Amino acid sequence: MSARFRVSRSARGEVESHFDDFDVELESGATVLDALLQIKRRHDPSLVVRHSCMHASCGTCGVRVNGREVLACDTKVAWLPAGKPIEVEPLANQRLVADLATDMVDFYARYEPVGMPLVRGAGVKAEVDAGIELPEGVKSFGRFENCIECGLCLSACPVARTSGEFIGPAALAAAARVVAEPRGRELAPVLALAAEPDSVWRCRDAMACTAVCPSAVDPARALSTLRRHVAANGLKRFLGRGA
Amino acid sequence: MTVEPGARVDAPEPLTRVDAPEPSAPESGAPHVLIIGGGGTGGALAHDLTLRGLRVTVVERGEITSGTTGRHHGLLHSGARYATTDRASAVDCSAENKILRRICPGSFEENDGLYVAITDEDAAYEKEFLDGCWQSAVPAKRVEREAALRMEPGLNAAMQFAVQVPDATMDAMRVPLRFFATARRHGAEIKPFTEVIALTMAGRTVGGVKVRDHAAGRDYEIGADIVVNAAGPWVGKVAALAGVNVPVVASPGVMVAVRGRHCNMVVSRLHSPADGDIVLPQRALTVVGTSSWIADDPDDLRVPADHVEMVVRESAALVPAIARAEIRAVWAAARPLIGEVGGKKRRSPRRVARADAAGHGAGEAATGPGAGSGAGPATEPAGRNLAREMRCFDHATDAAPIEGFVTVAGGKATTLRAMAEATADVICAKLGLVRPCQTVDYVLLPHTAWYSE
Repeated sequence: MSARFRVSRSARGEVESHFDDFDVELESGATVLDALLQIKRRHDPSLVVRHSCMHASCGTCGVRVNGREVLACDTKVAWLPAGKPIEVEPLANQRLVADLATDMVDFYARYEPVGMPLVRGAGVKAEVDAGIELPEGVKSFGRFENCIECGLCLSACPVARTSGEFIGPAALAAAARVVAEPRGRELAPVLALAAEPDSVWRCRDAMACTAVCPSAVDPARALSTLRRHVAANGLKRFLGRGA
Repeated sequence: MTVEPGARVDAPEPLTRVDAPEPSAPESGAPHVLIIGGGGTGGALAHDLTLRGLRVTVVERGEITSGTTGRHHGLLHSGARYATTDRASAVDCSAENKILRRICPGSFEENDGLYVAITDEDAAYEKEFLDGCWQSAVPAKRVEREAALRMEPGLNAAMQFAVQVPDATMDAMRVPLRFFATARRHGAEIKPFTEVIALTMAGRTVGGVKVRDHAAGRDYEIGADIVVNAAGPWVGKVAALAGVNVPVVASPGVMVAVRGRHCNMVVSRLHSPADGDIVLPQRALTVVGTSSWIADDPDDLRVPADHVEMVVRESAALVPAIARAEIRAVWAAARPLIGEVGGKKRRSPRRVARADAAGHGAGEAATGPGAGSGAGPATEPAGRNLAREMRCFDHATDAAPIEGFVTVAGGKATTLRAMAEATADVICAKLGLVRPCQTVDYVLLPHTAWYSE
């Protein structure tokens, strides 16, 4: 299988980017990441691209392919329209390192304050409730959260495109997750964060986040749930009973 | 239990508790160590050396953990896997499993693991397995069929019984990121997308590296008192820049991620280590593996189709749903293993500092019967069954000595901290410094700290 890749290039600190074309020969099941790594190996070792786990678990290889946010490791070249160049660009609404690599600093500046732990238990709570016996010494089955912190949702979000201050879908989905399963955590700071002007009320329900999420987090739905909590809490506060 | 990053947890005996002052950025006159390779070993070594007051720079040709580290299946070994075949590795894993849980709180799914007996041959292996676990200080307990099926309803109903061990799962990237984040907080410079293109030599002494910053498109030199080659399966390529041969081969294994979380515990086959004998949950996926072959080039890891079929078939014998699940990703990771291909044992006369459990903090931390006696020499590497041990080579003791250059290789994700400790001991000895390791009870920053400005 041969394909032409049109890859966005820019050195660190450059404002302008340009495209370089590469013709690659791939095996039938190859992913976009396989193609990018082959370009690095055979054509241009200077190509800057992030990757780590190769199985949609680490969230580092997010790019835009033909204008759509995807994980490069999770996108087969055979799925893409044949006969025209495959355009690969870095994620939008984030600072660029170079070429296809974005700097996740701004993403985490919004995501981290929500304080969602990496490992939670609710994903398997139903099984535990159903009477499944836990291994001796294990209090509840731990489970990594679905969100892989890839930033695809922030790149696809139309609000984030025009408002750099918007906290964004991933952070709000994380906040909704904490509200859904507080595990003894004080919710007031999380709800306060969600109630800020650049938070839940900025979302216009474009649903782009949910459409591109590679990990079934469904930020759009989480956000609308969170909005109801924020509204209810605002009303309770007005009546003197809120968090 | 919430533990603040940087807090020193109370280590149970016989771990040594080091009451050192909080490290600040090292003095400008402190020796400078340059580490090649931004994988788990490089990150853990940067952390260890900064705690010992050294100046550290890490250069990585791609993103941090983009080599073997990030592709790891995510098993935090209990040590049981090696209990019958590689006692030194089993003892190391047993000790490091406990240490990592303490210093990386919140980074593991602490659901334990089950070794499942399906055939009579598996069942007959139980005694040897339990004895090996006992000798290696790995807590192991037989679980009868009904109880095991209640814990893991997805197990093959034809199973006979299981053995429960303290395996856990980790995020293969986010655990190492905690080491990098903490090292950087203490003054280490971490440079991704920076590839070593040459070693700068003065005669037979390595004085630093020449690197290419791919992001900026420029080359420059970095001087160092010691250069450490921690490039995983690429150590041979880096060592060749100094004209040094390192007996490390790249041994890739195939892993497959299928959709759906088909178990909560780590499920392994109760038999000697073999292909396709492990199933792990990873978020809403299930990861199964693995196989093993020898690759000439760790950059060119084509996944053999028959390995994928084999891995899926064998793992479905443990958890039948795997056979029907949709495959999400297939990939290979190159293990850096100590040894030579084809049983051609060219045991290096250069090897001096054997960084195994014996005589180091990791081994001393092991408790239980046999912990001391188990830490003997590891098995000889031969053919495909190369040992998973780790080694540190001080090239100043090579037949053709090279000063200022150290290679660390081998090991496993679970033993990254111990590898770093052993290597840092070698580095401090070379620099004439007496500074004890402090990483055993130092709680690391969360992975999110890696992305803070």
